[in-house]
Amino acid sequence: MNEIYALLDILLPFDWAHYTFMKHAFLAILCITPLFGLLSTMVVSNRMAFFSDSLGHGAFTGIAIGVLLGAVSPLLSLIVFSIAFAVFITYIKNKSTASTDTIIGVFSSTAIALGLMIMSQGGGFNKFSSFLIGDVLSITVEDLQALVFVVLLVLVGWAVLFNRLLVLSINSAFARSRGISTFWVESMFAAMLAVVVSISIQWVGILIINALLVLPAAAARNVTNNVKSYQLLSVAIALTAGIAGLLLAYYFNMAAGATIVVLSAIIFFVTLLLKSRFVR
Amino acid sequence: MFKNIMHHRASSCSDCAKLCCTKIEDFRVKIGNLTIFEDVSLHLHCGQLTALIGPNGAGKSTLLKAILGEVAHTGSLQYTAADGRRKGQPIIGYVPQYLRFDVSAPISVMDIFLACLTEKPVWLTSGRKMRPRILKNLARVHAEHLIDRRLGALSGGELQRVLLALALDPLPDLLLLDEPVSGVDQNGLELFYEILAELREQEDMSILLISHDLNMVARHADQVVLLNKAVVTSGTPEEVFADKRTRQIFGLLTGESQEETQGGNA
Repeated sequence: MNEIYALLDILLPFDWAHYTFMKHAFLAILCITPLFGLLSTMVVSNRMAFFSDSLGHGAFTGIAIGVLLGAVSPLLSLIVFSIAFAVFITYIKNKSTASTDTIIGVFSSTAIALGLMIMSQGGGFNKFSSFLIGDVLSITVEDLQALVFVVLLVLVGWAVLFNRLLVLSINSAFARSRGISTFWVESMFAAMLAVVVSISIQWVGILIINALLVLPAAAARNVTNNVKSYQLLSVAIALTAGIAGLLLAYYFNMAAGATIVVLSAIIFFVTLLLKSRFVR
Repeated sequence: MFKNIMHHRASSCSDCAKLCCTKIEDFRVKIGNLTIFEDVSLHLHCGQLTALIGPNGAGKSTLLKAILGEVAHTGSLQYTAADGRRKGQPIIGYVPQYLRFDVSAPISVMDIFLACLTEKPVWLTSGRKMRPRILKNLARVHAEHLIDRRLGALSGGELQRVLLALALDPLPDLLLLDEPVSGVDQNGLELFYEILAELREQEDMSILLISHDLNMVARHADQVVLLNKAVVTSGTPEEVFADKRTRQIFGLLTGESQEETQGGNA
């Protein structure tokens, strides 16, 4: 870690970069926002905005269960629960004839209620309220290590899964006719989303995590015409908003997650205005 | 006419032991207690265009999905190549009825080909190596100029041709087309059938086409199958359109026009 700190000191000779917590926050944003950029492209293309929203709610229960169990590390229980939650929704969605948003709505509200129930037991809910808003400055070295591992995992998964996911995003019947197992692809993607949501929820916050899984791609698709530029621009938007948001939050003493989301939203509205100029 | 003689106009009951063909026997699909269709046996000869006609809800689309293996069904499907060397499951190409997709999606025609043909993620590859192959595929359906177009910016006819080109790589033994002409203008329609005729002759593949356009069927199909929960009748277009049951199912309009042509012939 010390080498990285030294490197950051050379690369970033600014006031804010002197603090270790800011270095951690900076590194975390450098790692996680490109993932949000990538994943969001398929969240938007596959119309999964509501689904990804429910993942945040599922994570809430995951945290509560982790606290209840006590023994295992909270992050591990959170990740395991979130993956199970995501795959289970995908399974029910594929089996049931009820409409997708009804099913997600049922699971999402159940999860958040269950989480609240467990956490409020004994009147100690206040200590969990940091999960609602998130605190990017609380990132530890262990968090960063886990983050790097997740980044590698998701990049590999993204490379393997992407083409199938792209065909699926166009039309699921068409994907099935091309021999793609839609349930498997959807579940893998849902699991990847669950892992990324779990690991970043503590510093982004449950209330706004979904914005990061929607806004970068929603902005990018306004001004792009093919998949490659869509992905690149989405990553670039997420990264720019992430770093700029962190710095603004530092100088004006605001919640970093929220600042990042507001910047992403501004970029979205700018691209919306530019749409007619770029889209052929 | 010459074309018709060249393409052995076998009716569906003929044996296909010596020819390249796909044999579908005793297909039946039941969803819950509802039987969608039963007793469907078809022989689809290579180099022939078989048109599947029938009223709404007759089970036409479900039959294609059963052949694709997407819908649970009973019955067997056996493909025999012309030289008898290859038997069993044919390579099937499928063109869906219509593709409902988000027209604002930033996906180009090239992207969808890359996604379907390679494992390498589209966002990592420049696709330079694949471009000639994709252009060749598009050339088959007269659509090379569409390669860099956004999917959502294609017209109905253009989209159908792109989907057809996709279904042709890898080159299938059996091509299934589900109402490929809905939402396509007259010129697009003519072009589509021209392309099918070219494919039938050049690649010697069996084509099974669901169509509602009986005029087009009469002009271009080698074999017609009338499906209504079961095979009602099948044979050459003349045979099927002369059949009383066909006229009954499709109502007076077809019956009249059919009588007219017959009157003209007599």
